[in-house]
Amino acid sequence: MNILTGNDLASGDVIWWTGSDWSRRIGDAVDVGDEGSSILLAEEAARRVNASYTVSADADGMPVHIKDRVRAAGPSVRLDLCVNPSIPLIKA
Amino acid sequence: MYKYDNYDQAVVDARVAEFRDQVERRLKGEITEDQFKPLRLMNGLYLQLHAYMLRVAIPYGTMDSKQMHMLAHIARKYDRDYGHFTTRQNIQYNWIKLEECPDLLEELASVEMHAIQTSGNCIRNISSDQYAGAAADEVVDPRPWAELLRQWSTFHPEFSYLPRKFKIAVIASKEDRAAMRLHDIGIELVMRDGVLGGRIFVGGGMGRTPMIAPEINPFVQADDLLSYIEACLRVYNRYGRRDNVYKARIKILVHEIGADSYRAQVAEEFAHVKTLGLDPPLAEFDRISAFFASPAFDAHAPDSVDRSDPDFAVWLDQNVKPHKIANYAIVNISLKPIGGIPGDASADQIDVMAALAKQYSFDELRVTHAQNIVLPHVAKRDLYAVWHALNDAELANANLDLITDIIACPGLDYCSLANARSIPVAQKIATRFADGERQRDVGELKLKISGCINACGHHHAGHIGILGVDKKGVENYQLTLGGSGAEDVSIGKIIGPGFDEDGIVDAVEKAVEKYRIIREPGERFVDTYRRVGADPFKEAIYG
Repeated sequence: MNILTGNDLASGDVIWWTGSDWSRRIGDAVDVGDEGSSILLAEEAARRVNASYTVSADADGMPVHIKDRVRAAGPSVRLDLCVNPSIPLIKA
Repeated sequence: MYKYDNYDQAVVDARVAEFRDQVERRLKGEITEDQFKPLRLMNGLYLQLHAYMLRVAIPYGTMDSKQMHMLAHIARKYDRDYGHFTTRQNIQYNWIKLEECPDLLEELASVEMHAIQTSGNCIRNISSDQYAGAAADEVVDPRPWAELLRQWSTFHPEFSYLPRKFKIAVIASKEDRAAMRLHDIGIELVMRDGVLGGRIFVGGGMGRTPMIAPEINPFVQADDLLSYIEACLRVYNRYGRRDNVYKARIKILVHEIGADSYRAQVAEEFAHVKTLGLDPPLAEFDRISAFFASPAFDAHAPDSVDRSDPDFAVWLDQNVKPHKIANYAIVNISLKPIGGIPGDASADQIDVMAALAKQYSFDELRVTHAQNIVLPHVAKRDLYAVWHALNDAELANANLDLITDIIACPGLDYCSLANARSIPVAQKIATRFADGERQRDVGELKLKISGCINACGHHHAGHIGILGVDKKGVENYQLTLGGSGAEDVSIGKIIGPGFDEDGIVDAVEKAVEKYRIIREPGERFVDTYRRVGADPFKEAIYG
C-alpha cells in the first residue's frame, strides 16, 4: 500500500494523510493507491503540507523503509520526544 | 572575544528583517518551497527527518557566557530543552518551527550571533584550535586570523555561489587539534626568520572521496595571506566542477589537475589579486587583534592542585590540559556521558557551562570539533570548584580522547540524508567500555561514527571509524582502522565486510583487545595499527 507524508509548513511537524486531512499519527494514514501524486499536488498548492512524498507501506500501514519508520516514530534515542515510540524500527 | 561594531550589527539585524519577510511570504503562499528553500538554507534552516533544524554559527567555536546563556534560552523557548554541538564547532537545534524562526534569529542577533552561511555553497564557519590563546605550543593566537577570514568571507560577493560548500581551518600549533588538513583550505600559522606567515594546504576533505590536503605553499607572508586565500578561491570558483555534485569540491579539482598545476594557477591569480589592496592595513588588523588580547591572569595564583579526591584526580589527569600560563589550566568538558548522545547538552547544562565560564574562565568558552566544550583559562586554584559544579550537572565525564569520547553525527535518528543510525552505536560502544580503568588502559583512541558517506561524523579520521550504510533497507556498519585528523593525519581503511548494530560493537571490542595484546610500550592504538598493519586486526575480528 501507499501512504502519504510531509511536514506541516509552519511547525515542521511530520504529518500523514488521513484521506481528508493531515494527522501527526501514522496510525491515521490511509492507503491512497495510485492517487498519491494528484493529492500531494493539491495539498502542496493549498500549503497544507510541505516537502511531501509517497511512502511504500506494508499491510499494517507501516513504512517499508527504516528511514520512514524512524520518521513515523521519532528519534530512537529520545523516546521521550517520540510521537509513537512503539513502532518497530527493525522489521521482524 | 571579538565584539560587533555598528556595521556588523546592522548587517545581522538587516538579515533577520529580510528573513522575517521571506518567512511571511512563504507562509502566505506568495513564494513556493522551491523559491524559499535556498533562502532558508542561507539562514541555516534545514528541513530534516522530523522537523526544521537550525544550525547556529559559532565563529571558530568561541563564545562568551552571554551567548552561551542565549543558546540555553533558545533551547528552552524554541526547541525541546537541548542543543547538539557539531563537528563544525557549531550548535544545531532539531525541533525549530518555521513560524518562530525569525523571532529566534532576532534574539540571537541581540547577542551578536546568527545562522548565516551555515549552509549553502559558500564559505562556512571558519574553524580553529579550541585551545587558541591558551595553548603553550602556539606561535600566535590564530583567532584574529580566523576573525579576519570570517569578515572577508561573510557575504563575499564572488564566493556566495561556489561550486560546493567550502570549509577553512586556521591553527597556529604543530599539534593539530582542528583536523586542519581535512579542510578545503587549511592554514597553519608559522614563524620563519622572525616573520609570521602561513603554510597553506588546499584540497582536503572527508565525504565520499576523502583526501588529505597537499601543501600548496610552504610560507605565505602574513600581509599577503588574505590575497593568497582569495586567489585560491578564485581558481576554484573558475574551474571547480558545477556539473557533478560529487566532483564539485575543491579536493577533486586539486586532485585532477594536480597540486603543481593548481599552485601555478594560484600564483598567477595571486599576482593580480595582490594589486587590488585586499589585505587589511596593519591598523585594522591590530584593531581586530586587540579583541583577542590575553585576559588579566593572576600572576600570584597558586600553581599546585590538591589531588586528594580520587575522582577529581582522574578527571584532572584526563580532561585538564596545560595552559601557556603555569598557574592556569585548560578545562575540557566532555559531552560524552556513558550511554548519552555525543554532543548533546540540555538547556540547564548549557547554562551551567556558561556560568562557569563567567565565574572561572574570563567569560570564555570554546566548542571543539570533537563535540566537547572548553573553558580555556581556569586558575588551578579553581579547578576543584569547577569539577564539583560540573559533577553536579553530570558534566564531569573523565574520558577526553578515550574510546568513549566518540564523535557521532546525528545519523538516521535525525538526519534525512543518513542511511543508518549513529547515536545508538555510539551509546552501545560507550556502554561496553564504560569501565574507566579499562578505557584509560586502552589510552588515546579516537572513535568516530558517520551515518552516511557524507562523513559528518569524521569516520575517515577515526583511529577506529564506523560508517553506517543501507544494505537492502537494513542498517549495516563498515569498520575502518588507522585514520587520524591530527598532525599525523591519515585516512582510515575499510577492514572487511560490514556488521549489524550489535556486530559492530563486538568488532570494535575485538580490535581493541587485539591492540592490548600486541601493543608495545607507549603505543597508542593507531600507532600499533600502523606498525603491524591490518592483518592481525582482521584475524581478531573475522577469525
